[in-house]
Amino acid sequence: MKQPLILPGLGILKGMAVTARNMIGSYYGRKRLHTISYPEERLALPENSRNFPFLVYDGDDPEGGLRCTACRMCEKECPPQVIYIKPERDENGKLTKHPTVFDIDLNACMSCQICVEVCPFESIKMDSAFEYAAYEHFESLVLHKSDLAKSNTYYHGIKPTEATAVDANLEAERQRKAEAAAKKEAALKAKQAAAAANAAAKETPPTSDTDASD
Amino acid sequence: MNPSATDWPKRSADLSDDGILEISMGPQHPSTHGVFRMNVKLDGETVVWLKPVFGYLHRNHEQLAEKMSYFGSMPYTDRLDYFSSLSNNWAYALSVEKLTGIEVPERAEYLRVLLAELTRLQNHSAFLGFLLGDMGAWGSVLMYAFRERDLILDLFESLTGSRMMCNYMRFGGCRCDLPAGWLAQARKVVDDYPAFLDEMEQLLVGNEILVARTQGVGVLSGADAINGGLTGPMLRASGVDYDIRKVDRYGIYDRFDFQVPLGAHGDTYDRLMVRLLEMRESLKILDAVLREIPEGPILDPKSKSRGLRPPVGEAYARLEAPKGELGFYLISDKSPEPYRYRVRPPSLINLTLLEDMCLGSKIADVMVILGSVDIVLGEVDR
Repeated sequence: MKQPLILPGLGILKGMAVTARNMIGSYYGRKRLHTISYPEERLALPENSRNFPFLVYDGDDPEGGLRCTACRMCEKECPPQVIYIKPERDENGKLTKHPTVFDIDLNACMSCQICVEVCPFESIKMDSAFEYAAYEHFESLVLHKSDLAKSNTYYHGIKPTEATAVDANLEAERQRKAEAAAKKEAALKAKQAAAAANAAAKETPPTSDTDASD
Repeated sequence: MNPSATDWPKRSADLSDDGILEISMGPQHPSTHGVFRMNVKLDGETVVWLKPVFGYLHRNHEQLAEKMSYFGSMPYTDRLDYFSSLSNNWAYALSVEKLTGIEVPERAEYLRVLLAELTRLQNHSAFLGFLLGDMGAWGSVLMYAFRERDLILDLFESLTGSRMMCNYMRFGGCRCDLPAGWLAQARKVVDDYPAFLDEMEQLLVGNEILVARTQGVGVLSGADAINGGLTGPMLRASGVDYDIRKVDRYGIYDRFDFQVPLGAHGDTYDRLMVRLLEMRESLKILDAVLREIPEGPILDPKSKSRGLRPPVGEAYARLEAPKGELGFYLISDKSPEPYRYRVRPPSLINLTLLEDMCLGSKIADVMVILGSVDIVLGEVDR
């Protein structure tokens, strides 16, 4: 352990020199003064910055373009249980893969982004907006579907790198699905053709080699 | 080395005396580091009896975790010691990995060491500020410390998205890879940090007032510290060479060359200096990590966080958090929730010897001694 100097008062003077250097230095340059005059001045938030979740919609329709399919995965996994989803049903009681109600209670949301990680449809993402101060808890701090829905353009605006990667993912998924569908269709067609050929072959049993080849 | 149980704690005065004054310090006192209360009996200005009262910030952490999936508890661990959320994340991930046998990729191991050491830097910097605040130097030291800490928090924010509640480690690695330019920014912070530490040393080490307020105050012998189960800088300040990074060599700490600073007297001054020197050692590790960090995956592709059902068994994993040994004890019964989830918080156990350190000192020193323990009530009360 380093022994301090014994000369009385010298340590205090050295300390005062440091304080003076910091005080004067804070008037010149940012090294010793990191503060800014918020809200007049604002720092750009880092791209990964997260605060509360929002729902992404494609295109211009905040209702029809919602990527959310009301699978309720986020509702189930949310540790503080702040998400409430009511899936939409058509007149036959069948799920339409669309939420009628999607609420997030910001009072208890702890910004952990587990909802984002478990979402299989890239539908819920973290917003970086943070100015939510309000006078009461319910009117302004329980966000409904209409408050939560934000466009993909907005998402690209706040998180360009992540949003581009997500778009590429979705595009790849779409292509894979289209390919799979095309394959399935082709397989179905082939099967149908084979079945038809089989049936035709059964209907007219071959009498000779030349007949069968016709 | 073994003090008998009867003379421990070493109470000095007859508590039935009429001149004894019992007062309650806290829980809203600014230097009790949160909502912490002490019942103190005083003979004049001398402390003759002290009882810590805590639990004001209790929020059922362990019970909550037993009602929740393994994955769902990860963000709650951020809120234990909210100054060092990344260390908490790592400790929890470590115990789940031990329970399930998930492997961690090389790059993720480097990232974990990198973030844990940055956490140690910012925790100890804030500690210096708060300790000096407890001594009455409220303002400048804390502001200088917070200024430098802010640069590290900026790094955390641009990587994990949050400054303090990082929620970054996952079972089998880390959540996301470094954004572009992050390593260069980290390199700059690490390179600039020694200048700040030099300045801190110049400001504090030789300061006569600081020396008078801390040397010989709250002395704890090595034997007492071991008996009380203390860990971390508190234990090392009493001269006991015990650092889990060296003892367990968890993660990849065996690859780095660093020393463990030890105190000689076990007083408040040693506790301050041990932390100051520990930051220098952390910088050495950080320098090596930033030089050697390899490319590669950051998450074991076989690991899954959601719907994890570890095999039946139990696991205890621990690591050297900035405040001491942080351990998580888990029992699994193969259901999605842990059967038992237990946290071994360093702050709480370091706090248990508060009375032994305070007996015989003046009332004004109690705050300094409490400050030197470096408690965070989020972790003490859980």
